[in-house]
Amino acid sequence: MVRKQEGISEFEINKDILVIHVNGELDHHNSAFIREQADDIIYRSNIHNIIFDFAGTAFMDSSGIGVIMGRYKLIKGVGGKIGIINAGNSIQKILLYSGLNKITMQYSDMDSAVETISNERGAEEC
Amino acid sequence: MLTKCKEHMEAENKEVVDMTKTNRMYLEIDSCSENESFARVAVAAFCTRLDPVLEEIEDIKTAVSEAVTNAVIHGYDGGEGTIFIETRITGNEVEIKIQDKGCGIENIEQAKEPLFTTRPEEERSGMGFSFMEIFMDSLEVISEKNKGTTVIMKKIIGSPM
Repeated sequence: MVRKQEGISEFEINKDILVIHVNGELDHHNSAFIREQADDIIYRSNIHNIIFDFAGTAFMDSSGIGVIMGRYKLIKGVGGKIGIINAGNSIQKILLYSGLNKITMQYSDMDSAVETISNERGAEEC
Repeated sequence: MLTKCKEHMEAENKEVVDMTKTNRMYLEIDSCSENESFARVAVAAFCTRLDPVLEEIEDIKTAVSEAVTNAVIHGYDGGEGTIFIETRITGNEVEIKIQDKGCGIENIEQAKEPLFTTRPEEERSGMGFSFMEIFMDSLEVISEKNKGTTVIMKKIIGSPM
């Protein structure tokens, strides 16, 4: 029986967007894994935008703020955007109190996030 | 006989809601990042006897996680050490004391400022103490250089939001 490993975050590339499915707990202990994996993909795959999907996130503390802020700094230079989807109540609270909701955009689902971010990018290039 | 039984049960119930009695849990863990998750879950589990709503449990977990992470990263600088966690429930109040015997904080007021961090290269957001303050009802930080840091947080469970 193949069991999906719980708590391991997954990474997906969609054009110049990196989608990070943050699964399990995003704390100090787990933040290094996400950071290293994400940065490796960002450098190798010419990533401009990032979408954080919190659908599978059981817990997040201020270490998550560091992970989002750090990635924002990486893509800010190329005019990249950070999108957020499926953030539950406690993550919403953390985004609000940390001020992260000022530099990130929340979308109702993956399709609208990908579409909006891709279109904005296209419009800027014209 | 039946009445006696009923009286006995009522007496027992009264004991459960005794507002002056303190129930205590003491936890001593090695300072390492693997234990952060265990610490916050253990404290949250102990608090469930107060029948908290999900938001209150999440608040406690976040605050404990911040304090324990501080002890691991700053108190012991990622090295060896012991973290002492004491949780007391009195009435509907939870008091959580998290103590390390590490390097201590030189300037507590500065450390408590939002976004202040001594470890920007490790992507620490500097929001740890802010979150403890926001998610709990009160926060007290006692620290002495080379002696360690103690964080005491309190929260009333079931208070009108």
